[in-house]
Amino acid sequence: MPHTLTISQLTDKLAQGELTSRDATQACLDRIAAVDGQLNAFLSHDPDDALAQADAADAARASGVSGEAKPLLGVPIAMKDVIAVNGHPLNCASKILGDFNSPYDATVTQKLREAGAVIFGRMNMDEFAMGSSTENSAFGPARNPWNTDRIPGGSSGGSAVAVTADECIASLGSDTGGSIRQPAALCGCVGLKPTYGRVSRYGLVAFASSLDQIGPLTKDVRDAAIMLGVIAGEDKRDSTNVPEPVPDYTAALTGDIKGLKIGLPKEYQVDGLDPEVKAATDAAVAELEKQGAEMREISLPHTEYAIATYYIIATAEASANLARFEGVRYGARVDGASPEQMNRATRGAGFGEEVKRRIILGTYVLSSGYYDAYYLRAQKVRTLIRQDFLNAFEEVDLIASPTTPTPAFKIGEKSGDPLQMYLSDIFTISCNLAGLCGISVPCGFSNEGLPLGLQLLGKPFGETDLLRAAHAYEQTTDWHNKRPELD
Amino acid sequence: MEYEAVIGLETHVQLRTRTKMWCGCVNEYGAEANTNVCPVCLGLPGVLPVPNAEALRKTALTGMLLNCDVPGFSKWDRKNYFYPDNPKNYQLTQLDFPSTIEGFVEFEFDGGTERVRINRAHLEEDVGKSTHFADYSGVDFNRAGVPLLEIVTEPDLTGADMAYEYLNALKAILEYGGVSDCDMEKGQVRCDVNISVRPIGQTELGEKIEIKNMNSFSGVRRAAAYEIERQIGVLREGGSLVQETRRWDDALGITESMRTKEDAHDYRYFPDPDLMPHTPSDEWIAEVRATVMELPLARKRRLMADYQLPAGDAEVFVGDAALGEYFEAAAKGARNPKAVANWVMNNLQAKLSETNGAVADVKFESSAIGELVGLVEGGKISSRIAQDVFVEMFETGKAPAIIVEEKGLSQVSDSGELEEFCNEAITANPGPAEDFRNGKEAALNFLKGQVMKASRGKANPQMVGELLKKILGS
Repeated sequence: MPHTLTISQLTDKLAQGELTSRDATQACLDRIAAVDGQLNAFLSHDPDDALAQADAADAARASGVSGEAKPLLGVPIAMKDVIAVNGHPLNCASKILGDFNSPYDATVTQKLREAGAVIFGRMNMDEFAMGSSTENSAFGPARNPWNTDRIPGGSSGGSAVAVTADECIASLGSDTGGSIRQPAALCGCVGLKPTYGRVSRYGLVAFASSLDQIGPLTKDVRDAAIMLGVIAGEDKRDSTNVPEPVPDYTAALTGDIKGLKIGLPKEYQVDGLDPEVKAATDAAVAELEKQGAEMREISLPHTEYAIATYYIIATAEASANLARFEGVRYGARVDGASPEQMNRATRGAGFGEEVKRRIILGTYVLSSGYYDAYYLRAQKVRTLIRQDFLNAFEEVDLIASPTTPTPAFKIGEKSGDPLQMYLSDIFTISCNLAGLCGISVPCGFSNEGLPLGLQLLGKPFGETDLLRAAHAYEQTTDWHNKRPELD
Repeated sequence: MEYEAVIGLETHVQLRTRTKMWCGCVNEYGAEANTNVCPVCLGLPGVLPVPNAEALRKTALTGMLLNCDVPGFSKWDRKNYFYPDNPKNYQLTQLDFPSTIEGFVEFEFDGGTERVRINRAHLEEDVGKSTHFADYSGVDFNRAGVPLLEIVTEPDLTGADMAYEYLNALKAILEYGGVSDCDMEKGQVRCDVNISVRPIGQTELGEKIEIKNMNSFSGVRRAAAYEIERQIGVLREGGSLVQETRRWDDALGITESMRTKEDAHDYRYFPDPDLMPHTPSDEWIAEVRATVMELPLARKRRLMADYQLPAGDAEVFVGDAALGEYFEAAAKGARNPKAVANWVMNNLQAKLSETNGAVADVKFESSAIGELVGLVEGGKISSRIAQDVFVEMFETGKAPAIIVEEKGLSQVSDSGELEEFCNEAITANPGPAEDFRNGKEAALNFLKGQVMKASRGKANPQMVGELLKKILGS
């Protein structure tokens, strides 16, 4: 069952010759064939290309290339459909890109290649990463493997589903307001959002440029540390990338969190927090305390403004970022009598409802006469929110909270009520506004058998502490080893 | 009532850089359509811009040449509008924190010196070029992402001719600075003209009319002249003007309305989140400042002062910078720089154009022309011989004194020898000799010419004249 392995388990077996990359890749492909019909995690995948990469990895290993030189040699990694892979479709789960194939690799794709990974699959997502349920995909929703009537979370829903359902060993997603952490929590895997500037955004189709960050979804915390070590680092092609040295993240996984100070924001005791979620989070916090962490109540006074601030800044940036999709140079085109009519027809037909809603919102908040009241004010509030966190991090090393206020809801339950949907990002969104790092780790199940997630937030470039604490917690539980039954 | 015009210009100039503003594509004109393109300048999904350091330097340099400040903080903004030639459908530009601010340009106009204030010179990116065919259009993105400088004046220009001279002065500065080739044919300079008129004495400005996308300076002059007259005409007839954008029809020689303020674009500017602000260090600014060169007007004034050149000569050397530099090298230490200037402007330039050569190819030392002038002025050779010596210098690179020595071209100043030549000329030409004796002064020149001819140009002409007079008068 090589597809059920973690990265560290698989690379051990590959190194010892117990398995080949072809075995592992074929196992993933078989698993996709068996279960993805009901999950819809993959928008597309190219088995021949994946196996060819696997064979190349096996050949490299046979010729003496070591796992130290290439930490992901032969490991099948799935990619969210928003990250460019040369020669492969890049649709962002939207109709508007038509049959577009990317003619270049994202920086993270290159880094995965250099590390020897088998890069395969285009993972389902909310169109242009706009959503919290993967219901906004133009190619049908992905489904939660624990209960296929439920959403898997989003926007990186496909990436989370594929990891949890063992259709790949690990995957990449992107997180603009919780899009890695929230589906990881709702599917029961680990999801890491690195600090803004930690991972290059070159080749990540932008939703909100000042908030977007690529990160891994994995079966355990060690794998998240391995993946981050591969994809992090300086990239001259991304001006917002920070040339901070990349530490050995796996070396931080000591299990020792004695004296680590963890903050519990009093503002996160919100109405609508599901009692089961609260109970699971409290238990996880108690476990961390038992391991030697010190808990403190902290205050993040501007929390209540986070969602409003986010939906102004993110939509403003998105309204410009998505302007390039009009069918002139690439993607789907609906002809018109004039360039303007072609533009309207193409965008009208190509974008889904939620994308249109956000483009209109973003266009509105940037409009002459409204800019100061909305966009400029939102930027000021964003600074206050960031300051809240920096103040808190004067006193604590990490902040703990639930990842989501509720377990996975039913498909269709909130799709008619965008505002309710937006509120499901309440615990994850501030991390992006403040440029922090954050992780979600499995911390239990609801009575209905749906996974729940513990979120830990760290200082900018504080991934080492974040991973250490998440790993220490994971060592004391078995949640991450649970797998849904799928037939 | 008398009216006056108020004009401000926004001039877009393509910077001369090796590569485009945000990517590694070559910045060149005339390549086959869509060959100098990449994912970045085509605006493909997922790409990010990286600023071109050379463009940032040339922008700062331009600002310095325009007497602008170079602030320690500038940033990039997105200007949102849809057009098929605009790959991202937003243009990166600098809205409220431009790279350079608050300078001025001085230029000569109408017998005096004018100063036009520069509001800013900011950096942005050019867009692609649309071509319209019978039933479809094509876009060439080779130009998309070429660094474009926008130089904005204050409304300090008062007429069409003045606007024209400002543009010429600006072009000269940009060419001198090596920041742009300013090739109008290649669309490297484009201009938006803002014009209003008001009764003389009124301080507030009239309704502003913008004429977009002018691509020749003479067009700007004609359009401005037309527009001033049109606006004054409307007001005189009791009409009123509204703020609007107009288009210049060069063939008809008129402007026509494109759109009024009501349907103006809302560009929804906001700071580009993909680019960090540009915060040049003092060292960086100092490095750029060290490359600032002398500007045309300053150079003209200096050439006139330092070398006692007339304005016309100085303009020749300002207009052709290489020739000007050559002149300064040649005139160094020369006692008569004006004579050196004549040699450079006349003989050297003629020879260079005859041989299709450049100043850099001149074989003789830069000091040689000064030496040649010295030989003439010292009476060592005649001006006539000097012409031959120059040709020899140009061909062989030898020093003038060596040529004179080798070819025995020294002027004959020995009175005995000269007297012999004079007597021979008088004997051979009794008629003119008689004429001179009868008071016809011009006859002397004929005889003098005969002597010069007989001496093959080597006779000292002044001594010949004196000797002839002496012989004929006795």
